[in-house]
Amino acid sequence: MELKTKSKMFCSCSAQYFGEKPNSHTCPVCLGLPGALPVPNQQAIEWCVQIGQALNCNIPLFSKFDRKNYFYPDLAKGYQISQYDEPFCLNGHIEVNGKKFGITRVHMEEDTGKLLHSGDSSLIDFNRSGVPLVEIVTEPDFDNAKDVKAYLQKLQQIVRYLRVSDADMEKGQMRLEPNISISLNVNSKDLPKYKVEVKNINSFGFVEKAINYEIERQLVILKTDKLPAQETRGWDEGKNATVSQRAKEEANDYRYFPEPDIPPIRWTKEQIATLKSEIPELPNAKLARFQKEFGLSQYDAEILTREIELADYFEEAVKIAQNKATPKQIANHIINKKINIDEVLPAKLVEEIVSSNKTMDVNIDELKQIVQKVLTDNPQIKEDFAKGKDSVVQFAIGQVMYIIKKKIDINIVKKLIMEELK
Amino acid sequence: MKLNYLTIKKVLIGLKDKQFSSVELVNDCLEQIKKKDLNAFITVCEKEALEQAKQADELIKAGQDLPLLGIPIAAKDIFSTKGIRTTASSKVLENYIPEYDATVIAKLKNAGAIIIGKTNCDAWAHGSSGENSDFGPTKNPWNEEYVPGGSSSGSAVSVAANMAIAATGTDTGGSIRLPASFTNTVGLKPTYGRVSRYGIIAMASSLDTIGHFTKTVEDSAIFLKVTAGQDKNDATTPPKAVPDYEKALTGSIKGLKIGVPKEYFIEGLDKRIKKNIENAIKFYEENGAEVQEISLPHTDDAIACYYIIQPAEVSSNLARYDGIRFGNLRDSFGQEAKRRIMLGTFTLSVGYYDAYYKKAMKVRTLILEDYEKAFQKVDTIITPTSPTLPWKFGEKVDDPLAMYLSDVFTVTANIAGIPGLSVPTGFIDGLPVGMQILGKQFSEDLLFKAGNFYEQAHDFYKQTPYES
Repeated sequence: MELKTKSKMFCSCSAQYFGEKPNSHTCPVCLGLPGALPVPNQQAIEWCVQIGQALNCNIPLFSKFDRKNYFYPDLAKGYQISQYDEPFCLNGHIEVNGKKFGITRVHMEEDTGKLLHSGDSSLIDFNRSGVPLVEIVTEPDFDNAKDVKAYLQKLQQIVRYLRVSDADMEKGQMRLEPNISISLNVNSKDLPKYKVEVKNINSFGFVEKAINYEIERQLVILKTDKLPAQETRGWDEGKNATVSQRAKEEANDYRYFPEPDIPPIRWTKEQIATLKSEIPELPNAKLARFQKEFGLSQYDAEILTREIELADYFEEAVKIAQNKATPKQIANHIINKKINIDEVLPAKLVEEIVSSNKTMDVNIDELKQIVQKVLTDNPQIKEDFAKGKDSVVQFAIGQVMYIIKKKIDINIVKKLIMEELK
Repeated sequence: MKLNYLTIKKVLIGLKDKQFSSVELVNDCLEQIKKKDLNAFITVCEKEALEQAKQADELIKAGQDLPLLGIPIAAKDIFSTKGIRTTASSKVLENYIPEYDATVIAKLKNAGAIIIGKTNCDAWAHGSSGENSDFGPTKNPWNEEYVPGGSSSGSAVSVAANMAIAATGTDTGGSIRLPASFTNTVGLKPTYGRVSRYGIIAMASSLDTIGHFTKTVEDSAIFLKVTAGQDKNDATTPPKAVPDYEKALTGSIKGLKIGVPKEYFIEGLDKRIKKNIENAIKFYEENGAEVQEISLPHTDDAIACYYIIQPAEVSSNLARYDGIRFGNLRDSFGQEAKRRIMLGTFTLSVGYYDAYYKKAMKVRTLILEDYEKAFQKVDTIITPTSPTLPWKFGEKVDDPLAMYLSDVFTVTANIAGIPGLSVPTGFIDGLPVGMQILGKQFSEDLLFKAGNFYEQAHDFYKQTPYES
């Protein structure tokens, strides 16, 4: 997850790089110039901890950064500052679809630059270099693609609720890498002796497809009594398949060692507790409360809590409306009339609801006259009613409303018509 | 006497009293640089320095009062200087021009100092003699056939030969203290984190300290007042207040507890140097200091510890020199750099990390504890800075025992992060000797007091390699 901090992870360059001119958000630090030093972004670290807390993780009081050493053109320093053996968050879990999945760890690292291939040459844009990334790793608890998709959607929702990331996959703010392996022995307690990592997946739909494709592909190999190769594969949209990228034979030797330029982080229990207390109400809790507090159906509550912006909008409207309109009315209006919440302010929305409920005062005598006129002009109304056709009353109401052309209380009209018919 | 022979203190007084101008002073320095062929400089900023001197003179005329106004200073060529070539004395960066100033350079400029040039050093600060420079070694002005010490060879010489009034340096395993003792100059290695490392080409991140060379201890105190302090661009600088180091200079040393570690006065230490340092210590005792023998039991492991941690960090810090964004390709690295990259990569690699790097970090803690225990008993520790006199060019490799000891006197201070001040204590066969005064973290004021007391009672600081 890319965090939406104002500045990058280790320097004060702007982290809002999407769509900007290449190499316009850079400085000695994120360019890895001689002599540059990293200074950690406190906001990013706190947000990482809160993501971990939202995932029920343990937050160790001691944590540190480590250097992950390797060479690649988009890695300016020749090492990435990440976390190896003492990350910010450990051993959490998340509930999705009624199932519980383990979260192994949540840690912080910096993003690399971006390579663009142009003809014979490759260009490097360092705007993205140093942007804060939070990496969330799950336990191998999933046994089907649907659950994985649901988990990813829930994770996206949580992170948006926390307002720490927009988690927009098209913009690369949320990146997915499923690791898949299969054992033909249903009773086996050990993990298979290989795993395949799949990259280049940029939608929830594709993650489901890619996992299912991999399961099929690996099963075919396993059934011939062979082991699928340990490798990294990429999802190929055009082919609707995963394609081998490079052999992940053994873990690369990243020569991890503690980052000497950044002192380790030592939390107090109070600091951890304060961060937890600042976490806003999360989706599951909000869903439950909306049903209880506002008497909404689970279906309606789910729609309203799917995105934090909509949930907040709804509650704002309820607060403004007070007793002028009920939460149910507001919910119905929002859901059925497909209101654009970016354009219509909550106060305006409430106004609209109230006025569509409101009826104008009516002159009873004037109304009586109109009712009698309608019955006179349409003698079949009385005839049909006498025959037992109750539906003709609606027709009569309609005629009266058409003539009067004002929004009045239909119940009064109906009452008068019934009096005349009887 | 020509102006370039003055100290910071004397220059400040002279400029204020309008006895001379900064332009005249800078010209005298430039003349010395051109006259003496010592290869102390890689880049001389003649035009810029004279321009800045002119500006300084205007400010002085207007009554401006800055701590280093009008003082020409040399900077070791691993300090980033905006718009001025910075090579690290390596072919990899022979045409690299930084777009920003190191924090220390900015602080010196803000204090009115003039950067007169970038000095030669061992490439990437790897070395103890200056012989590893890709641009040829610097010569010792006291005897041009001998090394001036390293890695800050050019900076030490620029001050010793009166080419600059002061010079910046770095000390990762002794690279300020050793050349200071070889050139009859005062060299300060501050506490780790006392001075910002931002903008200085990193050698070993947990060992690098940013110090300087001056002609007197008083000048050293004036200089540190400018460079010390927390920097928001360096996360390893703590929010510790900067004392008035100049005020700390005077005052009695009566009752000062001095520790003499027995492990530093053994076989391999030149007997003449041993006598020289013992005399210096006796001087303190005669003036009221309390001297006692102490033990630093893990001294024996210091070299092994240092030569695992330092190359490990070096191998990582040199990874950014890939020739893509700046600089030449990696095949331009010199022999010593390649050696250290390979050694460091090895000690960090899978299967070896625990046995080497992790083990060395544990030993590091033991060495730190040696000092913590010692400083509960004494205020300072005095040792020779070098076990040998400066050696002739090319001679270095022949005596393993002396080689071992060469670094062992200085590396422990870097391992423990404590400060050390090298102060001249005389000459043997015409070559300079110095002692190092060590103290606990952030005790630079005490080091200055002790050093100043000795210095002012002796004449070494008045001696120069060339007639003025």
